[in-house]
Amino acid sequence: MSNKVYGLLARFDTPAAIMSAAEKVRDAGYKKWDVITPFPIHGMDGAMGLRRSRVPRFTLVGGSLGFTIGMSMIFFMNKFDYPLIVGGKPFFSPMFAFPVSYELTILLAAFGTIIGMFLLNRLPMHYHPILKYDDIHKSSDDQFFLVIENSDPEFNKAETNKLLSDVGSLEIQELEE
Amino acid sequence: MAETTESHPILKEVDPVIMPRADLVGNNRSFSWITEKICGIIEEKTPTWWWVCFCVAGFLASFTVVGIVYLVSTGVGVWGLANPLNWGWAIVNFVFWIGIGHAGTLISAILCLLKQKWRTSINRAAEAMTIFAVVCAGIFPVFHVGRVWLAWWLFPLPNANGIWPNFRSPLLWDVFAVSTYATVSVLFWYVGMIPDLATVRDRAKTKIRKFFYGVFAMGWRGSNRHWSNYEMAYLILAGLSTPLVLSVHTIVSFDFAVALIPGWHTTIFPPYFVAGAVFSGFGMVLTLMLPLRAIYGLDDLITQYHIDCMGKIILATGSIVGYAYGMEFFIARYGANSFELFAFVNRAFGPYAWAYWIMLFCNVVTPQLFWFKKIRSNIALVWIISIFVNIGMWFERFVIIVTTLARNFLPSSWGYFSPTIVDIFTYTGTFGVFSVLYLLFIRFLPLMAMAEIKAVSPAADPHHQH
Repeated sequence: MSNKVYGLLARFDTPAAIMSAAEKVRDAGYKKWDVITPFPIHGMDGAMGLRRSRVPRFTLVGGSLGFTIGMSMIFFMNKFDYPLIVGGKPFFSPMFAFPVSYELTILLAAFGTIIGMFLLNRLPMHYHPILKYDDIHKSSDDQFFLVIENSDPEFNKAETNKLLSDVGSLEIQELEE
Repeated sequence: MAETTESHPILKEVDPVIMPRADLVGNNRSFSWITEKICGIIEEKTPTWWWVCFCVAGFLASFTVVGIVYLVSTGVGVWGLANPLNWGWAIVNFVFWIGIGHAGTLISAILCLLKQKWRTSINRAAEAMTIFAVVCAGIFPVFHVGRVWLAWWLFPLPNANGIWPNFRSPLLWDVFAVSTYATVSVLFWYVGMIPDLATVRDRAKTKIRKFFYGVFAMGWRGSNRHWSNYEMAYLILAGLSTPLVLSVHTIVSFDFAVALIPGWHTTIFPPYFVAGAVFSGFGMVLTLMLPLRAIYGLDDLITQYHIDCMGKIILATGSIVGYAYGMEFFIARYGANSFELFAFVNRAFGPYAWAYWIMLFCNVVTPQLFWFKKIRSNIALVWIISIFVNIGMWFERFVIIVTTLARNFLPSSWGYFSPTIVDIFTYTGTFGVFSVLYLLFIRFLPLMAMAEIKAVSPAADPHHQH
């Protein structure tokens, strides 16, 4: 195993500190970096310059699929494959097919949303270089971390290190791949 | 400011008065205190009271098992069902349990959309309640079909008869509504739990815990790029669950409202059922959370403010339910349909008058006590009122289903429903089933949404420093 550098990790202990650090790292032009926090910090997406999440596209696909499946399933079953005579009512009508199609819309939209979230986040992923940091378990308790990756074109060990200490980190560590 | 008002008689901008907000986490507790407190519950040695409760609940749950084994081996007749009363306790219990579930979704979804941040400390437990209540609810219609081994015919699966289900039937809509509700509730609950499972995983000491919490946490590492997608997904799920929860009880009410029987055939049913469901669900949330708050000392997380909020929701929905009772009577009179009027007069003064007045007392009178702050701050009293709400809502379903069926169009077929011992066994046992599941939840999963509570605590605001 080569000890290739993955990136630099800096620790902060308040939401305000990590927020202002993130803004400065964003302004320094880094692209491949991340913030690790125990809970979502309000406004962090803006501070990191992230685009709006693309999860809703998956929801739309799931929902449309659900509605189409519902309507066509009921048409196929009650009108086409085995016309079911009940009280002289029409074999198919979007009215009575609606409640079931509505439920299927919600069901598949929910699955779409969750699948979309996992795909976009590339989860489940049980190994990640940042887990090599000894105190990483505090990231799910009360500490806040900022990681800048080696693969970022702007990355330069000395300069990045200086930037991270300038923005007020309490501790900086190099991470291996 | 003075000059600008003189030159411009109308103010360009008015700063609204900033109302002081109640702190959602008492005593300014730190993030790690929250982690310690909630993880501590599942990391400590299993307390004795837990084992005692678990054994009692398990024993009670066996009642349902015995009742159902007897029913399956004999026939649904053992449930005291006979013409014209073919929907007895089974359907009452089904509607009762499914209604209880609704508060969980209301807290997690609707309050999330309304940005009611106080939901964070009760949503996890309330969602668990939803799922377990739906499990209990599902038992009844499944066995009510009679030949339970053919229950899969409810789903549009190809079978040897070559016939598909009749999609015009509200009972079939119910199958889809309830199964979608159960699935989406589980998904919502699980997605909400992933960051907390990661916290538990990171603190785990034993190999088994590391493995199981690790697998279920999906390798969550708190990256903000993940949080961004996660929060969007959570918001969308809340947005999907809201129309879902409203549709589920609407469709449950269609089981009745679409029928032509006087007393059932009313358009008020969907909103009235949804309000009643939320009402009963909040009753159950209080019934469950107040003892847990006392046992685990969660006063800083479930503060008086939370209890006030829940009390007020019970008051509001209880009043809506009371209004619906009154409106039903008014319409029955005003509609000038003699069958309709008879059905309602019969409810209040017929053979089941006792049930009607119990319902009215528990659902309309008792919640009015929540107008008073003194009563809302008396925890023991709040708990007792929550029990009344549960009882009242069970009787509401009993009144709707049984009194209506007992007096249909033909006086020659009138009857009187009495539950059999099997009915009583099966129903009582579902409280055991519910409690067993709930106790397992308390023991193995984080009781409160730690990440969400941290996010709404005063220290989490990036502008709050110093």
